[in-house]
Amino acid sequence: MFPASRYSCQARRCIRALKIVQAEHITPQLYTALHRRTCSSVSTSRITTHYTIHPRDKDPRWEGVEMDRFVDEADVVIVGGGPAGLSAAIRLKQLANKHEKELRVCLVEKASQIGAHTLSGACLEPTAVFELFPDWKERGAPLNTSVTEDVFSILTETRRIPVPMLPGLPMRNHGNYIVKLGNVVRWLGEQAEELGVELYPGYAAAEVLFHDDGSVKGIATNDVGIAKDGSPKDVFERGMELHAKITLFGEGCHGHLAKQLYKHFNLRENCEPQTYAIGLKELWMIDEKKWRPGRVEHSVGWPLNRNTYGGSFLYHLNEGEPLVALGFVVGLDYTNPYLNPFREFQRWKHHPFVARTLEGGHRIGYGARALNEGGFQSIPKLTFPGGLLIGCSPGFMNVPKIKGTHTAMKSGMLAAEAVFPKVTAESVDSETAGLHVPEYAEALKNSWVWKELYAVRNIRPSFHNYFGLGEYLGADYNQLKPAKDCTPIEYPKPDGKISFDLLSSVALSGTNHEGDQPPHLTLKNDDVPVSRNLAIYDGPEQRFCPAGVYEYVPLETGDGMRLQINAQNCVHCKTCDIKDPSQNINWVVPEGGGGPAYNGL
Amino acid sequence: TMSGRVIVGVKRVIDYAVKVILFCCCNRPIYVLIFYPVVTHLTLCLLANVSQLTPGDCCTRETIRTALAMGADRGIHVEVTGKDYETLGPLQISKILAALAKKEDAQLVILGKQAIDDDCNQTGQMTAALLDWPQGTFASEVTLEGDKIKVVREIDGGLETIKINTPAVVTADLRLNTPRYATLPNIMKAKKKKIASMKPADLGVDLTSRLEVLSVEEPPQRQAGVKVETVADLVAKLKELGRI
Repeated sequence: MFPASRYSCQARRCIRALKIVQAEHITPQLYTALHRRTCSSVSTSRITTHYTIHPRDKDPRWEGVEMDRFVDEADVVIVGGGPAGLSAAIRLKQLANKHEKELRVCLVEKASQIGAHTLSGACLEPTAVFELFPDWKERGAPLNTSVTEDVFSILTETRRIPVPMLPGLPMRNHGNYIVKLGNVVRWLGEQAEELGVELYPGYAAAEVLFHDDGSVKGIATNDVGIAKDGSPKDVFERGMELHAKITLFGEGCHGHLAKQLYKHFNLRENCEPQTYAIGLKELWMIDEKKWRPGRVEHSVGWPLNRNTYGGSFLYHLNEGEPLVALGFVVGLDYTNPYLNPFREFQRWKHHPFVARTLEGGHRIGYGARALNEGGFQSIPKLTFPGGLLIGCSPGFMNVPKIKGTHTAMKSGMLAAEAVFPKVTAESVDSETAGLHVPEYAEALKNSWVWKELYAVRNIRPSFHNYFGLGEYLGADYNQLKPAKDCTPIEYPKPDGKISFDLLSSVALSGTNHEGDQPPHLTLKNDDVPVSRNLAIYDGPEQRFCPAGVYEYVPLETGDGMRLQINAQNCVHCKTCDIKDPSQNINWVVPEGGGGPAYNGL
Repeated sequence: TMSGRVIVGVKRVIDYAVKVILFCCCNRPIYVLIFYPVVTHLTLCLLANVSQLTPGDCCTRETIRTALAMGADRGIHVEVTGKDYETLGPLQISKILAALAKKEDAQLVILGKQAIDDDCNQTGQMTAALLDWPQGTFASEVTLEGDKIKVVREIDGGLETIKINTPAVVTADLRLNTPRYATLPNIMKAKKKKIASMKPADLGVDLTSRLEVLSVEEPPQRQAGVKVETVADLVAKLKELGRI
């Protein structure tokens, strides 16, 4: 602080006196050891300041603030600029142009640019792209790398057991393309704009709006200019309301608005809970001599044990430079709270079969995202008055193939085809103000998407059953065993050449958020992390978050820990919302434009 | 308030949170990461009739729309393509800005102080020189006083206050204000606003570069330091390295 020598004798005496008073205040507390630890929350300042947990109408700081929203109307509003949302938008406009009808289609996307939040392997099955754009090649679709080699392995710690890719196996990739999905999504965005879709990247859908009759009216975009403590800043502006005859929700795996819709319309009463995995991915520039363009490698086994679902992928791209996309998937139904998916990924890279490709190479990208594992049995009711669900949000992923893009796109296209006649009809015969289009679910049931998912419905559930029979364990967040019943895992230290530490990886994702805003990882109860997650499960969120958002740090005063949420690191993967054993974390959308800056990942 | 046109320059640069990775191939750097739009320091709203221009390639129209959504009245896109775009630097941009300022009969040109991609801190100054106008650079406060402008400048020694005649060039420092958000209703309105397109040749500007890039390299890796025990050791080590 201030060097004492600068002060007069009198000042020094004062400072000394103050120090004594300070020390007196921090006298040992009269609690017992147990009380002290669980009481740590008493002295913590509020973690969650978001208005979804602390409503603004009861908050004195918001008195007199203008809360009216600008309202605009469209025919169709689409939430999410991913493969499903964009395919739906494109198909709607294709139909509108073909039938010479006017149709206003607005699409909102939380990323600052279309494609910036897209992350996938990806080995694309091009059926849906070919259907949407038969002239995809002339239009310059970035499908540049045909699969030429398909390799499947079971890994042990030092060796590799090859598994032949016989024709008929769902994992076979003949006819597929290795793509940078972010680039495909960006290209879809360009096609959509050309067709007249109104794209609004940088604006997140934060709220679902309802008519008086309970049907969906549209969405409202996020407010901007709220300070970290939840108070309004000078630049505060309300989001706007986009009303539509029908709203298509394509938020991707575990969308936050979809979560609300499931509850509101009871869409999950007749299906299994969705189960998930986390996928972590890196992009590497490798030594040209090791580059085998078109080569697809998948593995299972090491470093995961027999009870943990997961595996790896490694794809050699062919876009001019020696790039490989590689990654690791871990099922989120794992039981050991000490498991750290990021570190499993890092240590997998050291396996001789993988390391030999990466040696001498350079890592240039990193990212992570949750993906669906539930398959056919987890598909919820898809339609409700005023809206419907498309893409990975309800979840059409073919799990053994680990492909969901083609089915997501097809679901978007089918949605558009079902919705189009209803939104362009002269007179609408609807019970509710928001249109209900159950024809979409019918169309899906009669399509190749349904056949494909039905055929593989038992493969993933059979993983956990000894006899290989299909079995559902329930939701992922219920699978963790208490920490005292589990063994901590010794992970090797990153070597800085093939494996890396978490924070330098997060930096590579380019993620960032406006710092002065309420953390968007909201807690229903600020006390639960320490009293339950840490006490029983040793704080699994500090291990399963691939971006280092959650940290248990010692309290500044006295004994005990508190949860620190580094919201700016978030890469929007949704794993915390899925795996939190207390289901206390509710991921909501931050100010639009924030999040990762994936470039063709 | 001041009557007359204000021209604000907008540059599309890489997102500051993104890590830039450099790969060199045949003497020309290939940037692996693409550019994300960042609208740097726009000061608006005090002055009427604000127009905007962005020299650059065709992907900048979105950046201009964001700026229009933040309150500008008109957008001007000066299209520069191909070889000219690769060698575009502060000198060429200042020539374009100067020509536009004359053409639009502007009273004030507001630019950013220093872009995060080239770090040059030159365009504002060069523009003022080409126009023979006064300049108020690194402005953290700008107030109109009659037909003069009072500018508080952030300089190494502290704050300097100057008063300059109009027409003038001002470059904005970070502390000038908190940029307002471009809200969605404004973005929608901006989609309907016209963006005028023109070429440098229309302004009579010659874009030839006086610079030739010889090489682009990453800075050298930081070497580990060496600890020595005594001053004599230090002197010996320095002599060994040929430093003294």
